[in-house]
Amino acid sequence: MVDRSIENFECGHRACGGCGVSSAVRMILKGYGENTIVVNSTGCLEVFSTPYPETAWKTPWIHSLFENASAVASGIEASLKKQGRLDTEKILIFGGDGATVDIGTLCISGAFERGHDFTYICYDNEAYMNTGIQRSGATPYDADTTTSPAGKCSTGNSLPKKDYPQILVAHGSPYVATASMAYPGDLMKKVEKARNIKGPCYIQVHTPCCTGWGFDGAKTMEIGRMAVECGLWVNYEIIDGELAAVKKVKRVPVDDYLKAQKRFRHLFKPVRNDAEIAKIQAIADKNAKKYGIDIE
Amino acid sequence: MEGSIAIAETVRLCRPQVIPAYPITPQTHIVEGLASIIADGRLDAEYICVESEFSALSACIGASTAGSRVYSATTSQGLALMTEVVFNSAGMRLPIVMGIANRAISAPLSIWNDQQDSIMMRDSGWIQLYAEDNQEAIDMHILAYKVCEDHNILLPAFVCFDGFILSHVYEPVDIPSQELVDEFLGPFNPYQKLDPKDPISFGMYATPEYYMEFRYEHDQAVHRAAEAIKKYGKEFGEMFGRDYSELVVGYKLEDADIAIVAMGSICGTVKDAIDEMRADGKKVGLLNLRCFRPFPSTDVAKALAHVNTIAVLDKNVSLGAKGAAAIEIKEACYGSNIPVYDYILGLGGRDVRKKDIKKIVELAEKGEGDMFYGLREEVL
Repeated sequence: MVDRSIENFECGHRACGGCGVSSAVRMILKGYGENTIVVNSTGCLEVFSTPYPETAWKTPWIHSLFENASAVASGIEASLKKQGRLDTEKILIFGGDGATVDIGTLCISGAFERGHDFTYICYDNEAYMNTGIQRSGATPYDADTTTSPAGKCSTGNSLPKKDYPQILVAHGSPYVATASMAYPGDLMKKVEKARNIKGPCYIQVHTPCCTGWGFDGAKTMEIGRMAVECGLWVNYEIIDGELAAVKKVKRVPVDDYLKAQKRFRHLFKPVRNDAEIAKIQAIADKNAKKYGIDIE
Repeated sequence: MEGSIAIAETVRLCRPQVIPAYPITPQTHIVEGLASIIADGRLDAEYICVESEFSALSACIGASTAGSRVYSATTSQGLALMTEVVFNSAGMRLPIVMGIANRAISAPLSIWNDQQDSIMMRDSGWIQLYAEDNQEAIDMHILAYKVCEDHNILLPAFVCFDGFILSHVYEPVDIPSQELVDEFLGPFNPYQKLDPKDPISFGMYATPEYYMEFRYEHDQAVHRAAEAIKKYGKEFGEMFGRDYSELVVGYKLEDADIAIVAMGSICGTVKDAIDEMRADGKKVGLLNLRCFRPFPSTDVAKALAHVNTIAVLDKNVSLGAKGAAAIEIKEACYGSNIPVYDYILGLGGRDVRKKDIKKIVELAEKGEGDMFYGLREEVL
């Protein structure tokens, strides 16, 4: 196991109080260990951690553009290989959900197909948070965002969350996993495992966003756990295409998780929208069945 | 030897360690050539078959920042797709060298030559060199690495050569020896790199308190590149026997009344036309713009100070304004009262011949210019 006492992500950066991403990044860097080169796409993380001339990163870090982190990482990997550095140094990519499941897909598909040796972390806060909470392909059904607003004729985001990890499984990725910042031990273990697997690994990490989802920043961990406990977020590992591990839960209805966030407030006020909540419950039920998360 | 193969062989001599590339006509023979050179073990490099030009240049950023000399080549739509990365890589001050087999831009789709593609990147902060023939195209690749990697410059460069007209043409070239190229370039020595022993953050964002200074320093570096090209162009000449110490090159210009200004392979046609016009007693000369960025305004003004008419040939057009070279030449000659006439020609592969050059000189003599030359009136 790598030394968990390392701190390669300094405090004093400009994230919101209670930011799920910043906690996740700190833990991920502990799990991934030293001699890590970080590639970061444009987004919340990049902006709050590197306003020139300040940086929160104590490990080599590069940001180029919004959608090209995996292509930049491909070039770094090729260069390290040529220099004989790839045995000791590893590459870790951070992309938000928009940078990953939407705009970055071309570069990601190419890099995963080519089989470069890196770990891609999608920090999934389920919308474009840096630009002010616009929907992405990872935004859950019925979430109220600034581009999928709830209104008289709308119950929020009309599309279900894209099942992105399966796209990487289809690319033949040796290790595809989901994790949550609310389960730090599991997160760090998965990241460490990915480091030691050769080839392009993918971990999608649920990172609740107090600002974008509308909850008190003191409750980030709690919200993260509620997502897992109701089955709307599932922590699993797919190794060489086979489901290898799943976090099982004593599942609770989705209501409390939804009620705790302003982005779903329209489903409860002025009156409870039974039909829509039933649809969201059906998504959780489907997840539970697909991954077998229910503790009997 | 075909131009593209000569370029591929010369790139081999420059020893890039990473080559991310995506095929596009008429650049294909270069990247095919490099792929085959690597497959045959004649160059120890990583060839990345990327899924797009956007990723090609993005991977160049990664590899360059990690400490490798890199190369790629593209043209037209591929360069357009790269646009965001073109600006970004220049702003990150990475010494990337990229070949541009100049080609027209869609729509309408055209695979044939003009120079709209690289001109489109005029304001990106890349150095832009334009080759007249294949010898210049290969020499400029070597020279570009030398200039770009100078720690006082740190810029990327396009080496531009006309698609098909140069890239696919067979002509004799002198490919330098590996020993000489090694001596001239030396191993890649990055100014900074991604290194866990000395962790640095690359590509941070800048608030209004810092952004302008980054842009200013970038602009200063592009200006400084003019002297660096001259200095290393002279060294290149001493070592390889072909001089590149001038950013603009005159041909029979010293006593000319009329100066033609042009970039790229068209200069060869212009020289032949000038020889014939001279035989007829017309004092015509050529100013070949070898370097478009940095733009050598002072050199241009000096070289053209004595002429009474300037005819600029532009294989591009800034729609709604003029050709890019003409705009620059007018600026360079501001205050001189020499009339500058612009001729947009050769777009999308339209052939330009000696008779066209002569016709343009006649138009310039009559004071007729600032036009598309060679339009087919019957299809308008």
